[in-house]
Amino acid sequence: MADRVQPEEFFRDRYGVSTGALERVLGSALARHADDGDLYFEFRTSEALSLEEGQVKKANKDVSQGVGVRVVAGEKTGFAYTDDVTLTTLEEAARTAGHIATGSGTDQAVAVRSSRPTRDLYTLAASPLDTPLIDKIAVLEAVDAAARAADPRIKNVFASIAMEHKLVMIVTADGRLVTDVQPLARLNVTCIAEDANGRQQGTYGGGGRQPFSFLLDVDRHLRFAREAARQAVLNLEAVDAPAGEMTCVLGSGWPGILLHEAIGHGLEGDFNRKGTSAFANLLGQRVASELCTVIDDGTIANRRGSLNVDDEGTPTSRTVLIEKGILRGYLQDRLNARLMGVAPTGNGRRESYASSPMPRMTNTFMMAGDSAPEDIIRSVDRGLYAVSFGGGQVDITSGKFVFSASEAYLIENGQVTRPVKGATLIGNGPDVLTRISMVGHDLELDEGIGTCGKNGQSVPVGVGLPTIRIDGLTVGGTRA
Amino acid sequence: MKTNGAAGAAMHGTLEAVLARATRAGAAAADAVMVESTAFAAGVRLGEIEKLTDARERRLGLRVFSGASVAIAATADLSPSGLERFAEDTVALARVTAPDPLAGLPDRSALATDAPDLDLFDPAATAPNPDQALAQARAAESAALAVDARLSNSEGAEFSQDASTIAYASTLGFAGSYRRSSFHLGVEPVATHEGGMQRDFWYTRSRHLAHLEDPVAIGQHAAARTLRRLGARRVKTQEAPVVFESTVAVSLLGHLAGAVTGQSLYRGTSFLLGRLGDTIASPLMTVVDDGRLPRGHGSRPFDAEGLPTRRTIVLERGVLASYLLDTYSAKRLSLASTGNAARPIGDSPSASPTNFYLEAGAHSPEAIIASIDRGLLVTELIGFGVNPVTGDYSRGAAGLWIEHGEIVHPVEEITIAGNLLDMFRDIEMVGNDLDFRGSMAAPTIKIRHMTIAGA
Repeated sequence: MADRVQPEEFFRDRYGVSTGALERVLGSALARHADDGDLYFEFRTSEALSLEEGQVKKANKDVSQGVGVRVVAGEKTGFAYTDDVTLTTLEEAARTAGHIATGSGTDQAVAVRSSRPTRDLYTLAASPLDTPLIDKIAVLEAVDAAARAADPRIKNVFASIAMEHKLVMIVTADGRLVTDVQPLARLNVTCIAEDANGRQQGTYGGGGRQPFSFLLDVDRHLRFAREAARQAVLNLEAVDAPAGEMTCVLGSGWPGILLHEAIGHGLEGDFNRKGTSAFANLLGQRVASELCTVIDDGTIANRRGSLNVDDEGTPTSRTVLIEKGILRGYLQDRLNARLMGVAPTGNGRRESYASSPMPRMTNTFMMAGDSAPEDIIRSVDRGLYAVSFGGGQVDITSGKFVFSASEAYLIENGQVTRPVKGATLIGNGPDVLTRISMVGHDLELDEGIGTCGKNGQSVPVGVGLPTIRIDGLTVGGTRA
Repeated sequence: MKTNGAAGAAMHGTLEAVLARATRAGAAAADAVMVESTAFAAGVRLGEIEKLTDARERRLGLRVFSGASVAIAATADLSPSGLERFAEDTVALARVTAPDPLAGLPDRSALATDAPDLDLFDPAATAPNPDQALAQARAAESAALAVDARLSNSEGAEFSQDASTIAYASTLGFAGSYRRSSFHLGVEPVATHEGGMQRDFWYTRSRHLAHLEDPVAIGQHAAARTLRRLGARRVKTQEAPVVFESTVAVSLLGHLAGAVTGQSLYRGTSFLLGRLGDTIASPLMTVVDDGRLPRGHGSRPFDAEGLPTRRTIVLERGVLASYLLDTYSAKRLSLASTGNAARPIGDSPSASPTNFYLEAGAHSPEAIIASIDRGLLVTELIGFGVNPVTGDYSRGAAGLWIEHGEIVHPVEEITIAGNLLDMFRDIEMVGNDLDFRGSMAAPTIKIRHMTIAGA
């Protein structure tokens, strides 16, 4: 399928839903004096190729489609979805969802009109799925060769390419019909290294709302392969991680997962409206050192976490969450923004037609500071320098968060010394950023690998960070 | 094999058609799975309706073999023309992948010939009753909030149910289907005291509506779990005995399951690689995988390749007695499948546990706590700090501190760390409180010592 396909025509042709039909369905959904609602049509094609033991033995293709109909009244949401999209199932879903509103009335007259997205962040000449499979297989074979060539201790390589092409059409309660074409590409490499002492793994990858060729630019795929190999081999030499509270230096880029877990989730509108977030009622208060300015920005071209419009049809935006240490804003979808009396920020996201939107992050990062990264390390007598992480998690209500280092070193007398085994770092969201005493001038965004889970829904996200020094974070190693 | 009613018969018609088209397009062999499901959920928060959800879905997954090459595809477009193109595209996809001499359907002789009724389906699951669902959710939440004035807020309560029909067929001539249902009621209260805020939850889950536990009891238990966390603080970094409450002991079984499934072994990503027959855990550990437990959350009459499910002892008094395998991983390891193939609609089969549990021991949870002079009872774990290749373990924890056999105060913002092999070896006591709330279950366990990182 060509990328230049017009989603509106595509959905109209495929499901036989004219503007008149959309107006009738929406009108019936909103009949009982609802406050808001939408129809969300999705057609998603994805493809995955995976290599192991030097060969691509597996190829997957997936076509999913469906529509979600949502009606909102006050704090209540009625939601119905189906993957069998016909006018009949749409009308049924509209009636089911509409039952949530308790007013009485007749079908509302809604005039549906097309509205072009105001942004154009990732229009591609061709869908990432258009590249012939044979070319993708060749790339995976090159990745395998590069990883094995990097070190004789690399014993196995798993590499995969995942491509996605998603068409969406959103019809909002006020009659706006918004469409988007959302590509997504990703390359992942995992290496297993083995020596007399044992086995270890290293993982690296990246991508974005990019064409397939992005994965090959300046041999990006080979760099990913070598990074995964380097990390696996490095971990063979790692010693037990220390346990206890100590100064931690986080490297630039992907360690921005700190922001995602420590403050990002806690600033999502739903938890703050309900008063269940540790950040509730802290707007205008100091939650970070004055060196910290934290942004969520869905408008960066081609990033994994970016969108032209969110999944409620609201244009994405750049939201200042923390400005010089002061809490300035929350991330909002339409429902929570309306109930809190603020404007939506374009952060209403959903995993698919089968899930209803929630406030979610896009690309979350900290602005650069003035310090040189070398000076930050040199300033530490004894501490941990963590440069790569696995996943993280947060308890929104208590504010406690974790994220797990997959590549970390000891800092001794201002020098980076031995690599240590992976360890989980744990802290308290509302105060961890107050302990940031140095911020580097080296802001970097991650390579494009993040996936965020909330209430069972996964969405692609990005993070970014300059090198930072945190005076006191608990490191969960085994060496007490 | 028999099919279940009209829905099953219609699904088998679709499966046969898609297999025939794949064969016509040049597939040497193929199998396909189809799932039709409906779901309903009702949520309340602070007594008011928050959300009603109604869903129906229908998807088909196809695996084709072209020579020794394989491809997998899934679609929700089940129109005849859509399926025709889908089958042809999938066969074309298989032409580009590398041949794998071990890939293929199972031996015909291994296929299931019986279809035991495992009592997995309650027809009530297809007929949601919104008023009753909301009443149950309200009852659970109001029971929770009534326990104590400090329970001033809530993330709400939800009642949900789903019903699905699963059909599987292959070019070996196998065709089987079964239905299953699930009901769930959960509540998550929030407590505030002296500037601190805590949440916790409790739930009940069953295949039959009548087997759900009393909503008031669920609410009260959720309240007690939440209240006991108020006033939590850190403890000093130290080594100490650690008790895993049954709710979190289950997660250790999850790590064990990951390490004994075929794909992690032939890929070399398991810390139990090459350990079959070895003593890898305390003699107090006997772990069973049983695919045919009546009403079990992980039960199925046959696996995702049409093989009969069965009972497999994985750990027998600490000895690693069996891996969990599907057909392909079994061939890779020169073993036989254990009937553990599972299959997301859009992916190839891989080995997965069914009902996977640690057999109960002799001690009450109270006696386990009383045995500890100074240590930690873990009630919640967060994060992903487990390395499957090495077994290195480091996770965020919350729980209760024990001194002289008594719980003295709640604990948070700490980590517990060790290595899974050491932790399994160091299990000193196993509780008598085995309770199936999901497909995995474990009683309370006590580990001799782990590293606790805190203040």
